[in-house]
Amino acid sequence: MITRLEDKELKRKSRRELLKLAPIVALGAFAFPKVSNRLIEEGVRFSDWAAGEMFRSQHLAQTFSNSEVVPFAKFPYNFYDVVDPGVNLEKWTLTVEGDVRHPGEYTLTQIQALPKIVQNTRHICVEGWDVIGSFGGARISDFLKLIGANVGPNNRARFLEVTCVDDYYESIDMASALHPQSLFCYEMYGQPLDRGHGAPLRLQMPTKLGYKQAKYLDTIRITNVLTSGKTGYWEDQGYSWFGGL
Amino acid sequence: MADEPSGDGRREEIKKEGIRDDVAGSEPASSAGPEVCEAVVAKLEMVADESAPKEPVPVEARAETTAKAEEAELVRAAYEHPLAIRITHWVNAISLFVMITSGLRIFRAFPSFGPKIPEKILLDIPKSLTLGGWLGGALQWHFTFMWFFAASGIFYLLFQIFSGHYRTMLFMPRDISGVWPMARHYFLFGPKPPAMGQYNPLQKLAYTSTVGLGALSLLTGMVMYKPTQFSWLAFLFGGFHLTRIWHFAAMCGFLAFIPGHLIMVALHGWANFFSMFSGWKREPEYQE
Repeated sequence: MITRLEDKELKRKSRRELLKLAPIVALGAFAFPKVSNRLIEEGVRFSDWAAGEMFRSQHLAQTFSNSEVVPFAKFPYNFYDVVDPGVNLEKWTLTVEGDVRHPGEYTLTQIQALPKIVQNTRHICVEGWDVIGSFGGARISDFLKLIGANVGPNNRARFLEVTCVDDYYESIDMASALHPQSLFCYEMYGQPLDRGHGAPLRLQMPTKLGYKQAKYLDTIRITNVLTSGKTGYWEDQGYSWFGGL
Repeated sequence: MADEPSGDGRREEIKKEGIRDDVAGSEPASSAGPEVCEAVVAKLEMVADESAPKEPVPVEARAETTAKAEEAELVRAAYEHPLAIRITHWVNAISLFVMITSGLRIFRAFPSFGPKIPEKILLDIPKSLTLGGWLGGALQWHFTFMWFFAASGIFYLLFQIFSGHYRTMLFMPRDISGVWPMARHYFLFGPKPPAMGQYNPLQKLAYTSTVGLGALSLLTGMVMYKPTQFSWLAFLFGGFHLTRIWHFAAMCGFLAFIPGHLIMVALHGWANFFSMFSGWKREPEYQE
């Protein structure tokens, strides 16, 4: 719509409309590294909060037929330090701590005595690649029941913290830990977990990114308070804590 | 402004330019804009002036001429971009810049669409083109600005739909026939088709496409962010793998659009560029 107006009037209107854009200048804060570092940390925290809200505790990740699983040789070994931290498999026990009725040491046999779940699911790396693998293990939720963890409907503990033989560490929100496909995994492709893939026990949660799937588990702790600055090896360097899928 | 219309050669020149408007980027520079307009309006008034009697002018008639002289000061202008469009345009421009540069850094972590083993590197993107420093830093930028990108996109769509303003830019079947003449004008120096409205058919096609690209990047981004929670969307895009390709393709679409858009803006001068800040365009090419 063409209008005809005095030059002065057009300038006045233009100026007024221009000023209305002023709030956008606030985005300029992102141009200053000191400010932007804080802002994007907040952005990631907000994303993690939203991700937690989006998470549906009973919604299953896609599962695949055996023919869709990649050959074992094409399932990458990922590790942060050494592929084989030299776990003493003979003497290995899982240490259980925190808000549980039966803390102490648990053997692999005790974990294997729980109902065994075998699932072909997609393992997605934060880098962008993914592989469909075959995993076997016990539901985390079953094991948490066994140890008498405070995971009831009321006032349940909020987090599962794990530390690993190779000093890797992770923490998982309880809703994801209790998901029916979240496993303490001791088998891949029908074989006992090999050393490179985290023998004797690792996390395997198709609702989480790869860096959440800690290997060579050593200790688990049920808690309401995350250890500050120790929420996860990569998370402490900047990865999203929730890391959900 | 005491620039009395005086029937000199300059006005003739302007008149000619008004008719012969066929050179790309030939719009009047902003400094010439108001004068051109005054002169054109004055020219229209001349018709009345010439028929005016030569003898001493009566008082009432003199008042009338003064009014006409004032009218001659008027500028043609159009309020092209409502505030909501301007805000979303700039929020989106900033967000897209961040999303593309950080996205390229994320892609650098695994620059392939194939399997991890063996990994075939598709593209080696120079670090200097990327934002975030490393994968984790880039993800932080991506996961922050995705909210600005999504919020401004959704707000933009709602505004376009409910204000009816979309009619100025939505590419419709009737615009199809106008695309080729416009493309011929821009790329092959063909004659310039007359400007019929705020946007020509090629612009409508480009702008409408970018809205589609925005929707595609947002939806595929949601799938990559939460493939399990949005499993139905993942299915729609042909699975996690294909979704990642779609997401990349959407970015390529933006990379195709942005340089063309910037060149066109540069060619069309200050008044056109400034209208995306002030909303008002001085001396638009089109007539109504």
